[in-house]
Amino acid sequence: MAEIKKTKAVIMENELLCDGIYSIWLKEESIAKVAKPGQFLSIYCKEGSRLLPRPISICEIDDEKTMLRIVFRVAGAGTNEIAEAKKMDEIEIMGPLGNGFFLENTSNSILIGGGIGIPPMLELAKNLPGKKQIVLGYRSETFLVDEFKLYGEVIIATEDGSIGTKGNVIDAMREHGITDGMIFACGPTPMLRGVKSFASEHNLVAQLSMEERMACGIGACLACVCKSKDKDHHSNVNNKRVCKDGPVFYADEIEL
Amino acid sequence: MNTNVTIAGVTFKNPVTTASGTFGSGMEYSEFVDLNRLGAITTKGVSSVPWPGNPVPRIAETYGGMLNAIGLQNPGVDMFVERDLAFLKQFDTKVIVNVCGKSVKEYVEVVERLSEEAVDLLELNISCPNVKEGCIAFGQDPKMIAMIMDEIKRHAKQPVIVKLSPNVTDITEMAKAAEAGGADALSLINTLTGMKIDINHRAFAIANKTGGMSGPAVKPIAVRMVYQVANAVKLPIIGMGGIQNAEDALEFIMAGATVVAVGTANFINPYATVEVIEGIEEFMRKNQISDINDLIGCVK
Repeated sequence: MAEIKKTKAVIMENELLCDGIYSIWLKEESIAKVAKPGQFLSIYCKEGSRLLPRPISICEIDDEKTMLRIVFRVAGAGTNEIAEAKKMDEIEIMGPLGNGFFLENTSNSILIGGGIGIPPMLELAKNLPGKKQIVLGYRSETFLVDEFKLYGEVIIATEDGSIGTKGNVIDAMREHGITDGMIFACGPTPMLRGVKSFASEHNLVAQLSMEERMACGIGACLACVCKSKDKDHHSNVNNKRVCKDGPVFYADEIEL
Repeated sequence: MNTNVTIAGVTFKNPVTTASGTFGSGMEYSEFVDLNRLGAITTKGVSSVPWPGNPVPRIAETYGGMLNAIGLQNPGVDMFVERDLAFLKQFDTKVIVNVCGKSVKEYVEVVERLSEEAVDLLELNISCPNVKEGCIAFGQDPKMIAMIMDEIKRHAKQPVIVKLSPNVTDITEMAKAAEAGGADALSLINTLTGMKIDINHRAFAIANKTGGMSGPAVKPIAVRMVYQVANAVKLPIIGMGGIQNAEDALEFIMAGATVVAVGTANFINPYATVEVIEGIEEFMRKNQISDINDLIGCVK
């Protein structure tokens, strides 16, 4: 049977990082032991009318591999319910889901996170060897910046220009003359589209972590497909499942 | 304790199958449950050629339910036989293949392709609300149902189940038409056509605008329709619509379903099918029911 577990986790810490962004540490050893950077969890609501689990990326796995951290934005009633959970509350989760990032032995990495795509880059930053340039794009208010600074050079872009480069992550990379390294990126689709084109412009390999609305999280419902270059073995059409085949894809595998 | 039930001459070890489109061909779920435990597996709809399905977003959550407009994405019957059916042959469970098409000819092509394969029953999908051609167009007109049934029966080697749409004025009329056309059994209900608006973006929540609603919110409608149809025709019924646990399944059985199908619950809980089977057995033990068949349609 699968490494994937549907089980109860205990909330060890719940902190508001900035407006609408929460950080929760979950105690659940069996998932923490096998989870990899870039994978995600399905988080269930207690309120029975909210059926579908919320897919939330893993931000960190603690050193002893007994706890998992999620950092997420409150987007509606479901995520609001999760955000309101108290320390020692039990919460139902399933995971680890998806394949996560491919940890290639690269000496020079460019980690790019945009908005709520920033959190999964933290566990990745901990795990990647070599030099790391970490480019983070925010609307205005920043979060997790000091934690990223432990693992590499942090470059910030904000839409309103309040901190770092005014604009997006691509603007920040151009401003700082970043042109070399393997790219790892997670963020909204327009950002990933920009990263894909940046990678192609500089002839760089890029891994992109996608997001799509999903139901099952395990590859059965076919809700979260993205257009792929090749025919998918599962469907025989040019669709890949974000939850099961991804969420991380090499940029040249998918069409954005 | 007997949990065997028979539909169109095919005996299932228990009355629980999966609702088409919610279980793939079982591959993903085999990581969670022992597929040998299921009475039958009903596959996702298969067409004569691969279908790419609808644009994303394809789903949205609703109160106690969900909307989907996957659009019957599937690999086409050849790859289905080569890969999915080959996988399913490993398990001691009956196989029901859901068949879809955009024209009568396409339905016939799939049925003929499956005629010599290890398929126990065919389920004719004439009620998917998310495919504009074929499917729903056939399922809402009693004359069309009788016509397509007649044509399919001429080519099918396996018994044919017809899956009915709830999006009609009187579902018993559709059931009677299917019976008159030679159907061996009925499945009901398919999803209810619904819509959700994202008020923050002033946009439809799913790309197809409308989707099929499923989940516990539709269960009372489904139970009512199973009861009505059970009293209108002689055909055995596979009942489905919002079954999340054994209590839900038993409601359908008592309303007149011989078999029940677990659908949306699989997405929420990958163990749902086996939990329903175990719950039915537990109910039978507690209430000293020696034969599940005694419960079918017991509420009059």
